[in-house]
Amino acid sequence: MSLTYHLQIVNLLAALLLLISFAMLSQRRIAGLITLFAWQGAALTASTALVAWSTGQHHLYYSAAITLVLKVIAMPWYFFRIVKKLDVDRDVEPMINIPTTMLIGIVLVIFAFNLALPISELSGTVMRSTLGIALACVLLAFLMMITRRKAIPQVIGFLAMENGLFFAATSTSYGMPLVVELGVALDVMVAVFVLSIFFFQIRETFDSLDLKHMEKLKER
Amino acid sequence: MMATLSLLPPDPVQWAWGIVLFWLVLGFAALLLQGSQHLLTRLVFPLGALGALAIAGVGIAGMLLPASAVILPIGLPDLPFHLRLDALSAFFMVLLGGAAFGITVYASGYFKSMASGPLALLALWYHLFLAGMVTVLLADDAYAFMVAWEVMALSSYFLVTTDHKIPEIRRAGFLYLLIAHVGAVSLLLTFGVLQGGHGDYTFDTMRLAEMTPFWASAAYLLALFGFGAKAGLVPMHVWLPEAHPAAPSPVSALMSGVMLKTAIYGLLRVTFDLLNIQIGWWGTLALALGLITALYGVIFAAVQSDMKRLLAWSSIENIGILLAAFGLTLIFYTDGKGALAALTLTAMLYHALNHAFFKGLLFIGTGSVLHATGVRHMGHLGGLMRFMPWTAWLTLIGALAIAGLPPLNGFVSEWLLLQAFLMTPGLTHPYLNMVIPVAAAIVALAAALAAYVMVKFFGVVFLGQPRDPALHEAHEASWPERLGMLWLAAGCVLLGLFPAQVIAWLAPVVRLLSNQTLVNDGNWLMLAPVSAERASYAPLIFFAVVAVVVLLTYLWVRRVYHGRVRRSDPWDCGYPEQDARMQDSAEGFGQPIRQIFEVFMKVERETPDPFDRKPHYSGASLDKLWFILYEPIARVTNWLSQQAGRLQHGRIQWYLIYSFATLIFLLIFTTR
Repeated sequence: MSLTYHLQIVNLLAALLLLISFAMLSQRRIAGLITLFAWQGAALTASTALVAWSTGQHHLYYSAAITLVLKVIAMPWYFFRIVKKLDVDRDVEPMINIPTTMLIGIVLVIFAFNLALPISELSGTVMRSTLGIALACVLLAFLMMITRRKAIPQVIGFLAMENGLFFAATSTSYGMPLVVELGVALDVMVAVFVLSIFFFQIRETFDSLDLKHMEKLKER
Repeated sequence: MMATLSLLPPDPVQWAWGIVLFWLVLGFAALLLQGSQHLLTRLVFPLGALGALAIAGVGIAGMLLPASAVILPIGLPDLPFHLRLDALSAFFMVLLGGAAFGITVYASGYFKSMASGPLALLALWYHLFLAGMVTVLLADDAYAFMVAWEVMALSSYFLVTTDHKIPEIRRAGFLYLLIAHVGAVSLLLTFGVLQGGHGDYTFDTMRLAEMTPFWASAAYLLALFGFGAKAGLVPMHVWLPEAHPAAPSPVSALMSGVMLKTAIYGLLRVTFDLLNIQIGWWGTLALALGLITALYGVIFAAVQSDMKRLLAWSSIENIGILLAAFGLTLIFYTDGKGALAALTLTAMLYHALNHAFFKGLLFIGTGSVLHATGVRHMGHLGGLMRFMPWTAWLTLIGALAIAGLPPLNGFVSEWLLLQAFLMTPGLTHPYLNMVIPVAAAIVALAAALAAYVMVKFFGVVFLGQPRDPALHEAHEASWPERLGMLWLAAGCVLLGLFPAQVIAWLAPVVRLLSNQTLVNDGNWLMLAPVSAERASYAPLIFFAVVAVVVLLTYLWVRRVYHGRVRRSDPWDCGYPEQDARMQDSAEGFGQPIRQIFEVFMKVERETPDPFDRKPHYSGASLDKLWFILYEPIARVTNWLSQQAGRLQHGRIQWYLIYSFATLIFLLIFTTR
């Protein structure tokens, strides 16, 4: 296959990533959210592996492997377990209704593309055009964190943001140095564990995972 | 580095550093001895006192030897501690060691009744405090200086809050910490200006940096503010009257006697050593601030009813006198009057040394009274001379010394300072010529009022009749306490009796700063600062005459009167009985001063009803500056933090929106 085909496929995967981001924004059920998160990770793995293959950047294979293991297999599995254990797979009611969220999301995507335009012109990689998408993924994930009330969707939002950042790194400069990536992967893992401990604690204290209860903690 | 440390014979600076290490080890060893109260008081504190004595010895050696420096292998990478011991540091080390020895010996007796757990912690902070102060004196780069300065501030904060279970003490400690840190920030900025853009913070490069008058003035003003906050310069003095009563007495003694002097040291170091140029108006400013501080301090000292608060205010007064002397030195120095600058500087250093001794003595004296009676308020004391004669007589020496009576040491330095003031007609600046005699009058007034304050302090606490029946149970101070007081009292007497020797000994310091020394025109017996015709003082002869006259009078009275004693009821002047309530009280004694200077005070009084069977009286004269200056600042700060507090909703979503908005803003900002 020639480089143009690769580029086409990478662009397709990038579009998929963005689509999944929107899907996550509109998904009401936690189980669905986790599945979407796993799919996002899969798309990321595929695109990273493809970039590694087409440009000969071998360390990206490791990145792809880490992404596959952590974000496609380990974490979704772990989240499913938590959901089952805490029995919280009900409809998530977002703070702002879904259509409005989607509209804000579209505005953010336009903003991100605008922002990425001058930067991607400076970048010399084969997939520079995808920077806008990566940035949009970050912002959409952030938006998801803001609009969700429950703790688990927020953590998934946080991880999705990390996905976007990872994608941005591969698209602008063929990924970060492996050491940094390993560090980030470790951080994400630790964050998930710490946050899952918090899930149980919050649940135990407030009898619910709804974060509005935490307002009580504010000092008057 | 170890090789240089073990070179024989080591430089004084390495000895000094070794003693600092010894104190650190001793402090942490105290933590291990937590279980044994006995070992802490019998071993740790006496060893610490020996360290202080050794520091004084190293200081005496350092004043005679040329300056020595050492670079320590500790600190940040590429930023080692530079230490240097020159005559100025050495002089202040003698001051520190001399006063701290007596105070620490005293402490070994004073803390005997303390539980061993808190005592171990206190011993740690105490020795850290000593080590920090010595390191401040030794530091030869801004980094080491600030680290040591902070060690000193923080350890003394923990010492002040020893009784942290009492809310007032926590409050006093917080005030102290706050002002100490405002000052420390100012010092940090001083060093920032002094390094002059080189990025090198050793004092050596600062000495070489060429400063424009503007930046030099900026550095000086920042230093004056920063060191002034530590020294208790009006209006940054508010922490002193709060922190000193809160701290245990040996700690107050150390803070007032020694720690305040590190600020004076810093001011001298920055102004005369680190800065290349000195400007005349700096001196005028310092003189004015010093005089205000002296007068303000002594007025408030006169109206206090709490022993330690009174002494704290008196410390403010003495710092004011020191600062006024500093200002006058600068004025003479910039006017080219080297000999007069040397005279004033000598007076200032002498007074700093004296203050360390007599203020230390007075503070530990109040400590013994506090231990014996459990009260600080003078309205509940009185007549203690009968129950604790050692404390009373030794405190009397301190009180006479601080009151500036010959032949004790307070007289010598104040007399020298007044001599310097009388020399101001030689100045070339006409306005200063006219104004400075007024300054001399204010110094004289402050000195006279200080004597008034001491009459009140000693008279109300030790003389008359006990105001409380429980005072009959008061017990005398223990032996270590007495020894500590004896040492400081002996210092007061000797510094008073041998001024000519002390001044000769001070010469290297004075030469280092003002390039001249004070020439004693008299001889070993007689001190004559300018010329023997003009003014001279021979304390030994004075003392001998006083002693002989007293002795003769005593013998004469014994011989003439006691030969024909007749016992009968005295005429009672219409008072058939006298009780303790008829005596002058602390408030009563200060009343004239309060009347005259009421503008500075906010007086709160509660007077009893004339028909009340059990009359109750209370009065407090509060510092008006607190209400004019500090409370508005506190209100504004509070309001601002409340406004900032509105950002805190307690909802995670809001916090996320904050970061989201910031992110968007930064993205727009950077790509625009």
